[in-house]
Amino acid sequence: MSTIALAGNPNCGKTTLFNRLTGLRQRVGNYPGVTVERRLGVAKLGPLVVQVVDLPGTYSLVARSRDEAVAYDSLTGRFGEGLDLVVAVVAASNLERSLYLVLSLLELGKPVIVVLNMMDELRSAGHTVDSAGLSEALGVAVVPMSARSGEGLSNLQRAIEQALTQPMGRAPPPVELSGTHETQVFDLGTELPGGRSQALWLLSSLASAESPGAFEQVDHPLAHRSALHKAGKRALGILKAHPELAVEIIRRRHDRARSIAGSVLRRSHSNEPNRTDRLDAVLLHPVWGSLSFLAVMFLLFQSLFAWAAPFMDLIEAGVGQLQGILRSKLPPGALLDLMADGVVGGVGNVIVFVPQIAFLFSFIAVLEDSGYLARAAYVSDRFMSRAGLHGRAFVPLLSGFACAVPAIMAARSIENRRDRLVTILVTPLMTCSARLPVFILIIGTLFAPETSVLGVFSTGGVLLFSMYAISVLTAVSCAFVLKKTILKSPTPPLVLELPPYRLPGIGDVIRRVVERCWAFIKDAGTIILALSIVLWTLLYFPRPDPGLPEVPAVEQSFAGQLGQMIEPVIEPLGYDWRIGVGLLASFAAREVFVSTMALVYGVDTEDAEDEGLRDSLRKARHSDGRLVYTPLVGLSLMVFFLFAAQCMSTIAIIRRETGTWRWPLFCMLYMNALAWLASLLVYQGGRLIV
Amino acid sequence: MTTLDRLPIGTSARVRAVLRVSSTTLRLMEMGLVPGCAVQVRKRAPFGGPIELEMTGFRLSLRPGEAEVFEVEAP
Repeated sequence: MSTIALAGNPNCGKTTLFNRLTGLRQRVGNYPGVTVERRLGVAKLGPLVVQVVDLPGTYSLVARSRDEAVAYDSLTGRFGEGLDLVVAVVAASNLERSLYLVLSLLELGKPVIVVLNMMDELRSAGHTVDSAGLSEALGVAVVPMSARSGEGLSNLQRAIEQALTQPMGRAPPPVELSGTHETQVFDLGTELPGGRSQALWLLSSLASAESPGAFEQVDHPLAHRSALHKAGKRALGILKAHPELAVEIIRRRHDRARSIAGSVLRRSHSNEPNRTDRLDAVLLHPVWGSLSFLAVMFLLFQSLFAWAAPFMDLIEAGVGQLQGILRSKLPPGALLDLMADGVVGGVGNVIVFVPQIAFLFSFIAVLEDSGYLARAAYVSDRFMSRAGLHGRAFVPLLSGFACAVPAIMAARSIENRRDRLVTILVTPLMTCSARLPVFILIIGTLFAPETSVLGVFSTGGVLLFSMYAISVLTAVSCAFVLKKTILKSPTPPLVLELPPYRLPGIGDVIRRVVERCWAFIKDAGTIILALSIVLWTLLYFPRPDPGLPEVPAVEQSFAGQLGQMIEPVIEPLGYDWRIGVGLLASFAAREVFVSTMALVYGVDTEDAEDEGLRDSLRKARHSDGRLVYTPLVGLSLMVFFLFAAQCMSTIAIIRRETGTWRWPLFCMLYMNALAWLASLLVYQGGRLIV
Repeated sequence: MTTLDRLPIGTSARVRAVLRVSSTTLRLMEMGLVPGCAVQVRKRAPFGGPIELEMTGFRLSLRPGEAEVFEVEAP
């Protein structure tokens, strides 16, 4: 089977074209060793069946990092795909800049055809393009079309088929550099399997890399490529002796791109503001822009928080019903409990995230495809860059207030690996909705939430607001510290294209949402399910001793024993072993703390506002007669829940998104250390004052 | 002679030279901000926020600190 690759700039309609070509025959995975999405599909072109690879959108083939090396590596067959044809997708109205990439593609020496996409947009702007002239200038076939409407698709299919069966003539000679530079590049090329074009790639990539000499660094473009280290060292020497070389490569290509674009594209010069101008006048306005940004983000947050809730309730009700059916059909015993509570409950723990993921990614897909996401980054850049973060980190951090799982998945839009990692690692600090029942239980039990503070506020409101405020401040400070220490890197550049506003294609949006949900279920879901069953086992076994009916079963379980084992660790925070069991159980999900405490105290409820449970907590005493739950213990416990990484689903999704266990473990370590220290400070400090 | 970050809103100019080359500068150059290219400043976010540029066929936003290495002249 032949393989073709789609290459193009971001926002050129490449993925829409990929969907058009492959229909439903596609799958998404990761490129080996990195967490860059790899999209593969199969297209039927008349008698031919071809494999289609959708490359990540790029402005050039230069790799500043290992992630960015994916495009070049795919094109040069490093992932084992013999590539037969490159389809360069070009936004017709953006010809000059797109041709820069096309020229780089031609230099690789692979057969290329060019798709002049978005012809409808070009026409409505009043521009015209001479596609025959372009074809002549580039020496390859050029197919004008519009992937959105499907116009010209059959021409493209024929052109691909033809290019695969009877390759066209040669591309024009590659762009030449000035005398000494050309000699250097040529000489370096003789040492490389990819010749001159690989030499150009190596020089440009090393010139662009943030720390060009650190080949061994995990995100360096030459990491895991020791075969290139020798040539890399030589390339660094050349760059040092000829500092203008990298700039010249770019300039020469642009000169040619500009002269070709100038000869085939006729622009109409109208000063009429178009749709994009009119929208930007509001959406990028110093005042209205910020307000619209807040409105859009509020809507996104609302969808996660409120709109997803009925679906989540429905899933929980469904799980409950299924458990009921199992209980009525199967004989009672450990097997039934495993099936009902371990397996069905565990599957429920996975599926319950799907509504939020679906809502968040519908939003992101619409915002991204419409062109607004780039504007959101523009508007939020000024305060995000203060913390050393990219404007794109705003959506994940905000979504973290609802749930860290979809939020961490949303961090994918951040290009730079280190910046993405920082965002992923601090997102779980945002006060997610699962912490809310715990806070409500503690505030309602130990404080008088209705008492007014300063006449306008209530104690409950002030406490809850403080938790949210502390979580934001901590997340931002941790991001700042991580950026200065273990993930040391400069504030990411803004450099952002603001594409014209377009109506998102509904099919493309649905596909993205399904893709995200499926990736979650497949990769993170399995881990969550496994952990659910482990946790169930710890809480279930060993079975209670019939001779001790007054001791709750959970106290006799492994989890109960573990709770007693960790008591010395949590005692300085003001907790007893029962709270320890609650903390262990809340690893399933923080809100489980409420039902576990109910189990521990023999109250049958899952409701954080249940007075029976609150009463039992208020009356609980240590063996020496002191009350267990004082307001100070309550504060210490809330602070613990605020900072601790207790959620196995978060851990599973970090594993999925970073591709290694190192980062989820680090996240648990630093967050739990933070939680322990902060609670210690609150409890012991409070004891000194009170 | 001035630099790109100092152009008032609405001014058109041509990039004359790149004063300092960095990773970010090379990325901007790949996107088309090379000597000889025409730019127009469309917007500036308040309080030293990002600048929006109109280039041939597309719009680009960048921070003032990223723009200051581009020397520009009247078109």
